[in-house]
Amino acid sequence: MTSFLLRRLLQMFITLIGISIISWVIITTAPGGPISLTMDPKISPKIIEQMMKNYDLDKPVYQQYFLWIKKLFTGKLFSFKDGRPVLEKIWERIGNTLLLNLVATIIIFSLAIPLGVFSARKQYSMMDRLTTFGVFLGLSIPGFWLAYLIILGTVELFGYPVLGMRSFVTEGFGTTEIILDRIWHLLLPALIMAIHGMAGLSRYTRSSMLEVIRQDYIRTAKAKGVPEETVYYRHGLRNALLPIITLFGFLIPGLIGGSIIMESVFAWPGIGRLAYQAVLARDYPVVMTINTITAVLVLLGNFIADLLYGVVDPRIRYG
Amino acid sequence: MVIMKTPLLDVRSLSTHFFTEDGVVKAVEDVSFEIFEGEILSLVGESGCGKSVTGLSLLRLIPTPPGKIASGEIFFDGRNLLKLEEKEMEKVRGNDISMIFQEPMTSLNPVFTIGDQIMEAIQLHQNPDKKEARKKAIEMLDRVKIPSPEARIDSYPHQLSGGMRQRAMIAMALSCQPKLLIADEPTTALDVTIQAQVLRLMREIQREMRMAVMLITHDLGVVAEIADRVAVMYAGRIVEYGPIETIFGEMRHPYTRGLLESIPQLEDKRKRLNAIPGQVPNPMDLPMGCKFHPRCYLMIEDCKKEEPPLFQVNDNHFSRCIRWKVCCY
Repeated sequence: MTSFLLRRLLQMFITLIGISIISWVIITTAPGGPISLTMDPKISPKIIEQMMKNYDLDKPVYQQYFLWIKKLFTGKLFSFKDGRPVLEKIWERIGNTLLLNLVATIIIFSLAIPLGVFSARKQYSMMDRLTTFGVFLGLSIPGFWLAYLIILGTVELFGYPVLGMRSFVTEGFGTTEIILDRIWHLLLPALIMAIHGMAGLSRYTRSSMLEVIRQDYIRTAKAKGVPEETVYYRHGLRNALLPIITLFGFLIPGLIGGSIIMESVFAWPGIGRLAYQAVLARDYPVVMTINTITAVLVLLGNFIADLLYGVVDPRIRYG
Repeated sequence: MVIMKTPLLDVRSLSTHFFTEDGVVKAVEDVSFEIFEGEILSLVGESGCGKSVTGLSLLRLIPTPPGKIASGEIFFDGRNLLKLEEKEMEKVRGNDISMIFQEPMTSLNPVFTIGDQIMEAIQLHQNPDKKEARKKAIEMLDRVKIPSPEARIDSYPHQLSGGMRQRAMIAMALSCQPKLLIADEPTTALDVTIQAQVLRLMREIQREMRMAVMLITHDLGVVAEIADRVAVMYAGRIVEYGPIETIFGEMRHPYTRGLLESIPQLEDKRKRLNAIPGQVPNPMDLPMGCKFHPRCYLMIEDCKKEEPPLFQVNDNHFSRCIRWKVCCY
């Protein structure tokens, strides 16, 4: 077990370095740069030179990479755009992203798994066909399009769009109204994000369950007199969840990494939107740092999923 | 063998059909038999003859759809099981009637310990507290001769050998002292040496608990070893039914004779092994008349006309052959 952990941690470290190098190459070789984007013909070449120097852009690319790492770990990494510390910019948005994604994830898991189990139990029934149709609808409708439609709908309904984390004008609102306003602003993007996630997860659960309920041990459980409900949820779901655990691995980066599209559409001040704006501004330090954080979370998520397999499936041993 | 007046299990004209896209498969057709308290009845036949479906029908475990018990009555202890509510049926399963299956590898849930799985049955039907259930489970493991049951109770199925798993299955099935055990090919997946051990164990426990057993098997060696009475099945029907000595010594159906002759004999090695000519008919396209006539050496024109009834040879021996008088030993 210890050797397994050490080996995995080492592998993760090497992978992480690889990821950061590749992202660095992609980002720095992408057309445009932080200077050219803000270039104003009136700015003198002297100032441009000074800016290049400040941003380390006058140095070779590989040196820039090492400087980025050094600054990141000494806390001296600043955004090109507003000169604020990168970690501070990310930190103040993490809470918002976490909140939105947590709500979306709770909706997804609490609805999709029972839905999948139900569809599997009543395979080819009217309800199963209906949910299948709904799922494919959910999967094929682009999320951003649906989001815009919903926002348009809120404009029709209230006269103003539901954007950001709260209404612009909250004058004259009582405490309950403020709370409701916040919930409303949170729930709408969370629901739209959940539609996609639910569609996928309920499909996974359904097919996994369908395979499991044909197994001999399900028949054994029924022959013991276990009530049907318990057969499906205790004996079936536990086995059906084994392949679904992989999805838990994606959950962690998803929770913190945020969703670029949804946060941008709903003007949600989270990490995803920060990353999007940083990419547009070629704000290398911010882009790279968010990238690296996400990479760490993906690796960590996979690692945790691997460990979870061992917890849920007694047949798996690490060595 | 003591025959009591009312049987423990009385199956009357049971028919179980499967409605598939290609047509109706009549897996079990008009099957009737009884099992008395404390006896072992063996259901014998080739693969696909409907013996497992009969077993599953008794517990109403036929996957529906596509399967359905089309008609018949199953009286157990005076109650018609086919008329019970699902909730009441759950109380019968595992408590009054238990079942063990062929594949000990896949019939136990891989994510629970065998102790969990045995205790689940006990807790479902007898409501003891956890400690008591565990004690009972250890007792059962000991009874099926699993060594060091206190340690083994926390093993997962994959940590046990095939024979041990089948013993654990038996322990689970017997944990609530059922009156009837349905054993569906309980030894087929095991090594020959383990087979003998498991069979001996089953007979021992059966005698101790005075439990009735319905043994489903294709292995006539197993039948000879432990059965009291035998029902031979072919194409979903019982073709011969009687006490074991009669079936083995004075069979009255050419199919039974064919089955017995296909057992390899150790004594005469030079002789070619007898086999029944032809193949098991396609269940969706059964022949007219007697279902066995295309493969039968006694076939006459009348065999093709209509399905023969079960003829009574003597008070407890029946044969579904119109020529039973000239057949077979």
